[in-house]
Amino acid sequence: MIKYAHAVSTAMNHYQESVYLQGHIIDSLVLAKVLDLILMMGGTFDLEDVHIGKTREEASHARIRIQTVSRTLLDDILKAIQPHGASIEREADCRIDRAPADGVLPDDFYATTHLPTQIRLNGRWLDINRIEMDLAILVNEQGSTAHAIPMGEVRRGNRIVVGREGVRIIPLQRPQERDIFGFMESQVSAERPHGHIIADIATRMRQLRERHRQKQADSHVLLAGGPAIIHAGGREALTWLIEQGFIHILFCGNALAAHDMEADLFGTSLGYGLTAGRAVPHGHEHHLRTINKIRAIGSIEVAVTSGMIRQGIMAACIRQGVPVVMSGTIRDDGPLPEVITDSVLAQRAMRALIPGVGLALLVASTLHSVATGNLLPATVPTVCVDVNPSVPTKLADRGSFQAVGLVMDAASFLSELARMLGRAT
Amino acid sequence: MSRILVCPPDFFGIEYEINPWMRLTNHVDHGRAVRQWHELIRVLEQDLGVMLERMTPIPGLPDLVFTANAGIVVGRTAVVSRFRYPERQREEVHFEGWFSRHGYEVMTIEAGIHFEGAGDLLGFPEYWFGGYRQRSDIRVFPILSERFHREIIPLELVDSRFYHLDTCFCPLSGGELLYFPAAFDSYGQTAIAERVPDKLRLTVPIDEALKFACNAVCVGKHVVLPAGCPATQAWLRIRGYETHPVQLDEFMRSGGSAKCLTLTLD
Repeated sequence: MIKYAHAVSTAMNHYQESVYLQGHIIDSLVLAKVLDLILMMGGTFDLEDVHIGKTREEASHARIRIQTVSRTLLDDILKAIQPHGASIEREADCRIDRAPADGVLPDDFYATTHLPTQIRLNGRWLDINRIEMDLAILVNEQGSTAHAIPMGEVRRGNRIVVGREGVRIIPLQRPQERDIFGFMESQVSAERPHGHIIADIATRMRQLRERHRQKQADSHVLLAGGPAIIHAGGREALTWLIEQGFIHILFCGNALAAHDMEADLFGTSLGYGLTAGRAVPHGHEHHLRTINKIRAIGSIEVAVTSGMIRQGIMAACIRQGVPVVMSGTIRDDGPLPEVITDSVLAQRAMRALIPGVGLALLVASTLHSVATGNLLPATVPTVCVDVNPSVPTKLADRGSFQAVGLVMDAASFLSELARMLGRAT
Repeated sequence: MSRILVCPPDFFGIEYEINPWMRLTNHVDHGRAVRQWHELIRVLEQDLGVMLERMTPIPGLPDLVFTANAGIVVGRTAVVSRFRYPERQREEVHFEGWFSRHGYEVMTIEAGIHFEGAGDLLGFPEYWFGGYRQRSDIRVFPILSERFHREIIPLELVDSRFYHLDTCFCPLSGGELLYFPAAFDSYGQTAIAERVPDKLRLTVPIDEALKFACNAVCVGKHVVLPAGCPATQAWLRIRGYETHPVQLDEFMRSGGSAKCLTLTLD
């Protein structure tokens, strides 16, 4: 089992308590002593709310959040630091209100972040399952489990967390891996060398494929992509990655699938000959004719199994059993039969595949990248690749230090990634 | 003129064991203890010209003689101790009574926070040091600091033989400090060194520290200290202090000496 996945999977489970220390704790080195004790005993801490007295008479105070891997260790640390004045913050239980109507949250509902979150119920801290940003928190009737829930899925009478009391967000721990995801920076620059970043991604994907084959948790690699992958010439590399078992979930729109199959049927992408690179007469109709053929045969799956579509991304997904969620947009042609045109339903279908994702590659699509990014917990390492720096920047601004942005062309990225994973060039 | 609170040792003895010095088997020569106490009183009154206030001793409270632990007095406010051990908690009401009868505004610390008075709170005019862990609770210092607008630097006491700050730490009127570093951990030693320059600090040798050389009473340029501490005395004289050694070994059987037997009132 690789270490970072362990760190991710335990991120929700680590034990923590906030303590408060006040007085002349700086010059007396009492704060230093308490922090040293925490570290020496094997805990970690975050310093929050440090206030240093402005005059000698004015006292200082600090709030320290202690994290440990076990309850026993946490108790031991608390016991050791209490004589030095560290008092445990008395926290209240979270407040709960019932949803007033279907699809309507109570006033003052708690809005989630994408960071691991816990609520305090009956004096105990409970992990929020399926955390995602900008949702509410639903608590079951027994008060034994809680999960994030989108506004639209709330039913009248659901128990929803309101206010901020008794809710705490657990800062991400730095992954133990010393790779690109372990640095507290989101690299979004066209000027930086990409080679080592792609090499780190390849290493993770190789490990995740092994874990996936052993059916281990959080081993799925998700790719969300746009049609530029096809236009730019990344189709073969992505097909190879899927066939080799490196990609386990695909999110895309009508266009990526249509142009992928257009390439198979007509050798063009949006009418341009992929090999010759010239506009083919009436080529602009090819994607429409492709969509029409698939609609006629009934589904992409039938098109592949019947032999009509022989190669490419869609064919690889069908053969490898890779689930594909195709979300529609307002400018779609057709669309293809599998495209989900109700965006709420599409979001739901995407959300259903998020648990188990251990790496997300968001490639050449503002729409699908941002939509997918919003669904991902901060604990999932995420790579965003786009020629337009604003897309990785938008993703990096989500505040997760496991998001890496690469400003580069999709085809170059996928080809380089596939090469590093053993594809002959 | 300095005023100091004392309590005659009429009922002094060892009736329990609450520090490593006390042994029920360790017999106190009561007559000798009384003579030693009176010699201390004579030095304070006659040699130092201190005005003494005498408490009435109470039968069954052998440690009432150690008035340093009555509380602390700042101006007209007295903060009464809250002893850690039940054996001494019975003294609290008597100290509180004395303070209120003598016109002090009495401040009490909330229950559950131990504080053993001037035994654990000493300092210079500008800032104080607070001993904690053995007897007093560190949580008392922010409360007192806020009340009296003084910085209080907490120091953890790590050697149970030096169970009160005044057993190993003695600030002097000229800004000097007598202390025994090994009674503190490295954090405390660093904190002390940061505040008191090298040349003003005397590290008391261990044999004198164990005779409670630091349990001294400083009044102006006079220092009253237990007998048998020549190195400490020599250093004090170099610093311009007149030293007054007093034999107080009967009180050492209980873990107290000159400073423990006094409480500076103003």
